[in-house]
Amino acid sequence: MNKEPVKVKEVEASQRANGFEEVVLGYTEQEALAEASRCLQCKNPVCSSGCPVGIDVKAFIGQIINKDFQGAYSTIRQKSNFPSICGRVCPAEYQCRKACILTKKGSPFASQRAINIHFLERFVGDYGSKNNAKTVVNQKPTTGNRKVAVVGSGPAGLCAAGELARSGLKVVIFEGLHKTGGVLRYGIPPFRLPRNILDFEIDQLKELGVEIVTNFIIGKTLSLQELFKEGFEAVFLGLGAGIPSFLGIPGENLCNIYSANEFLTRVNLMSAYKFPEFHTPVTVGRKMVVIGGGNTAMDAARVAIRLQKMNNIPGDTTIFYRRTETEMPARRLEIEHAKEEGVKIKVLTQPLSFSGNEAGCVEKIKSLECELGEPDSSGRRRPIPIKGSEFINDCDAAIVAVGLGANKILTSVTPELKTDKYGDVIVDPETMETSIKGVFAGGDIVGGEGTVIEAMGMAKKAAKGIIESLSKQGK
Amino acid sequence: MKIIETNTLLQALGVKIARLKVLAPAIAKKARPGQFIALMVSENGERIPLTIVENDIERGTITLIVQEIGLSTKLLGAMKAGESLYSVVGPLGHATEIKDYGKVIIIGGGVGIAEIYPVAKGLKSAGNRVETILGARTKDLLILEKELREVSDDVKIATDDGSYGQKGFVTDILKETLTQHPTSNSEYGLIYAVGPIPMMKAVSSVTKNFGIKTLVSLNALMVDATGMCGGCRVTVNGEVKFTCVDGPEFEAQGVDWQELEKRNKVYEDKEKHICRLKNIK
Ligand SMILES: Cc1cc2nc3c(=O)[nH]c(=O)nc-3n(C[C@H](O)[C@H](O)[C@H](O)COP(=O)(O)OP(=O)(O)OC[C@H]3O[C@@H](n4cnc5c(N)ncnc54)[C@H](O)[C@@H]3O)c2cc1C
Ligand SMILES: Cc1cc2nc3c(=O)[nH]c(=O)nc-3n(C[C@H](O)[C@H](O)[C@H](O)COP(=O)(O)OP(=O)(O)OC[C@H]3O[C@@H](n4cnc5c(N)ncnc54)[C@H](O)[C@@H]3O)c2cc1C
Ligand code: SF4
Ligand code: SF4
Ligand code: FES
Repeated sequence: MNKEPVKVKEVEASQRANGFEEVVLGYTEQEALAEASRCLQCKNPVCSSGCPVGIDVKAFIGQIINKDFQGAYSTIRQKSNFPSICGRVCPAEYQCRKACILTKKGSPFASQRAINIHFLERFVGDYGSKNNAKTVVNQKPTTGNRKVAVVGSGPAGLCAAGELARSGLKVVIFEGLHKTGGVLRYGIPPFRLPRNILDFEIDQLKELGVEIVTNFIIGKTLSLQELFKEGFEAVFLGLGAGIPSFLGIPGENLCNIYSANEFLTRVNLMSAYKFPEFHTPVTVGRKMVVIGGGNTAMDAARVAIRLQKMNNIPGDTTIFYRRTETEMPARRLEIEHAKEEGVKIKVLTQPLSFSGNEAGCVEKIKSLECELGEPDSSGRRRPIPIKGSEFINDCDAAIVAVGLGANKILTSVTPELKTDKYGDVIVDPETMETSIKGVFAGGDIVGGEGTVIEAMGMAKKAAKGIIESLSKQGK
Repeated sequence: MKIIETNTLLQALGVKIARLKVLAPAIAKKARPGQFIALMVSENGERIPLTIVENDIERGTITLIVQEIGLSTKLLGAMKAGESLYSVVGPLGHATEIKDYGKVIIIGGGVGIAEIYPVAKGLKSAGNRVETILGARTKDLLILEKELREVSDDVKIATDDGSYGQKGFVTDILKETLTQHPTSNSEYGLIYAVGPIPMMKAVSSVTKNFGIKTLVSLNALMVDATGMCGGCRVTVNGEVKFTCVDGPEFEAQGVDWQELEKRNKVYEDKEKHICRLKNIK
């Protein structure tokens, strides 16, 4: 008797575009109970195997059914430090929901009727933060007031800091930017992850005694070696993948062609959508083109169309993607949201070049049509450009969202920190320790562009590695 | 980051240049010539790049010299000693390679003179013979002459209107120097120029036919200044480089000046609009 999935309430599409308020409003208690009751509580559940950190999904849903929300919160908190964040951004339809028994076998992502695990997780996470359900410090502080440094305050850094502080270590987070959160602050827009949710989690860390130092770049303001001289006994690197890739096509340096990182940083970190109250400008075109098919492209397009409407320019933002919608790695929900908000999607399209006016500002984009060939190494079908199919579109602002490379600021000045050919830091997969003793790493700097939950999974493992290595030294 | 001292270095003919000393011990300790910081005046502010003109390790301060051209630099110039900046981060960018090149020519134009000062000082202390050329529109707009003389073996000055030093441009003096006794040109190991784009472009075209290594420090617009947005990208020898992490210094001959000039102007109307709104003259 599995009833229809409980639809989550969302802000009306026409209302969304004139602001940055959260779009998905989440379940009420009744809705959460109704959705939880759909779960079959399988004898040997497959859902947890889809979760990168192995959250006991069946258990926490069972606890919701018994209205034991506090219990559900601590079940999730055993594996994920930020359920309110993961409940909002986790690509569950490629992970736990896809594994859920209710998903049709072999489909590339979760079926509609799969249990809405992420919405339930968000409900429990928000319940936990509203009733500040504290997880008790699980261990006696065995390591005294020994100091550990965390570099980078993205999900990896924040998660590692919490784990280490809860084990009694004195933790200092060093963040290069003037605000913490990494991509959660500068990349993912507030209408997907409200800032108060992020700030709440960061305040929790401060309550645990974690010190946060912003405007401080390890590798520039202080070297990695100097951290040890300052008395830190171990270092966790959560540097992230922050270097934007470009297409490398002619005209790409024309004015008003942004990397998605620049466009999103101007808007999310520097609040350029409140110009001139905030001083950082951003160009809002009349015909904006976003190139790419991932979460970054969806976020950039949805920000672009909001900026257009907020500057009373008719919404005209188009995503160019060289494969088709099914191959898009973005969260399915965000693809739907983008379309509901008026974003157009042009599939099987490969940009060739940009052209601009006298002042050097972009005006046109020339592209080729593609068809799908055999699957490439990632298993996705390879886009093959069709010769002679060139076509031109107006484009007075473009956003290139085609991927991020490993952040090089620290690795480029620390030769003894071994990296692979992509610039990702090499770690011992068990302890997450790098080639430098006492230096551990996790998140996108290790795995390349990944997800928030994967970053946290690695951070937890690295924290365990640090705690064990310190207690060994401690004797 | 507290401002310890601030004074007006120059105010004439609509040009205002302020000098500030900022308390930033960690940055002061690590700063090397050619590096810069990115600062925000307030939480609403832009992140703007400024050269570290001097660093005092004992007092833990860095000196910034700022020409007030848009809103952010005007707000910065209006700040008083004792007030604090919202954020300062650095030292950023690659430091200048300070070694004994033999003879070097250092060229500064306008507020670029402040930007060449630490490089001249560093090269002088490394035993180079430092020949400095300073350029300004007119006598009243020339800054740091005394300071540059202290770190140079020879200083020549050009003003557009001839009101001080030689009439003309820094490139006129540069050509004279390189054509007087061409045989000794090989003793010049480096030419280093910072100033408005037209000046750096002209220096680059002069030194091209003398084959002397010429570096320029580019002033691309920046957002984060930590290599994560690509907004400061320039084309050098056909390759895309990020000014903030790959630069700010580049081989002058390879720079696509036209592209840089256009990219620097992209927010001009927005900048004028915000200045009017905030009725900042
Ligand atoms: C636009 C966008 C949307 C996304 N959407 C989703 C989504 O919906 N769901 C999902 O699961 N994932 C999403 N991702 C991916 C996810 O954000 C990343 O996998 C995750 O942020 C990685 O976390 P991290 O801590 O490793 O790195 P980051 O979040 O990149 O944080 C790294 C931090 O370290 C700082 N830093 C770097 N070097 C230094 C240094 N030397 N000294 C001091 N500080 C330093 C940086 O300033 C930054 O703050 C998205 C990514 C982007 C760009
Ligand atoms: C590595 C580096 C070091 C620098 N060092 C110094 C320094 O020591 N002293 C100093 O006074 N300035 C320096 N600059 C330039 C300084 O960053 C800009 O003047 C400042 O960002 C302008 O900000 P604003 O908001 O006041 O002006 P804006 O409102 O941003 O711009 C006002 C006008 O000036 C132009 N403009 C904006 N930024 C620049 C720029 N970077 N170069 C040239 N024109 C620009 C714009 O096109 C616009 O027309 C440096 C720049 C870089 C990249
Ligand atoms: S963290 Fe993500 S993958 Fe794991 S259970 Fe929650 S939503 Fe599913
Ligand atoms: S697999 Fe699906 S139905 Fe079964 S316990 Fe997990 S969430 Fe419930
Ligand atoms: S300013 Fe963003 S990469 Fe240089």
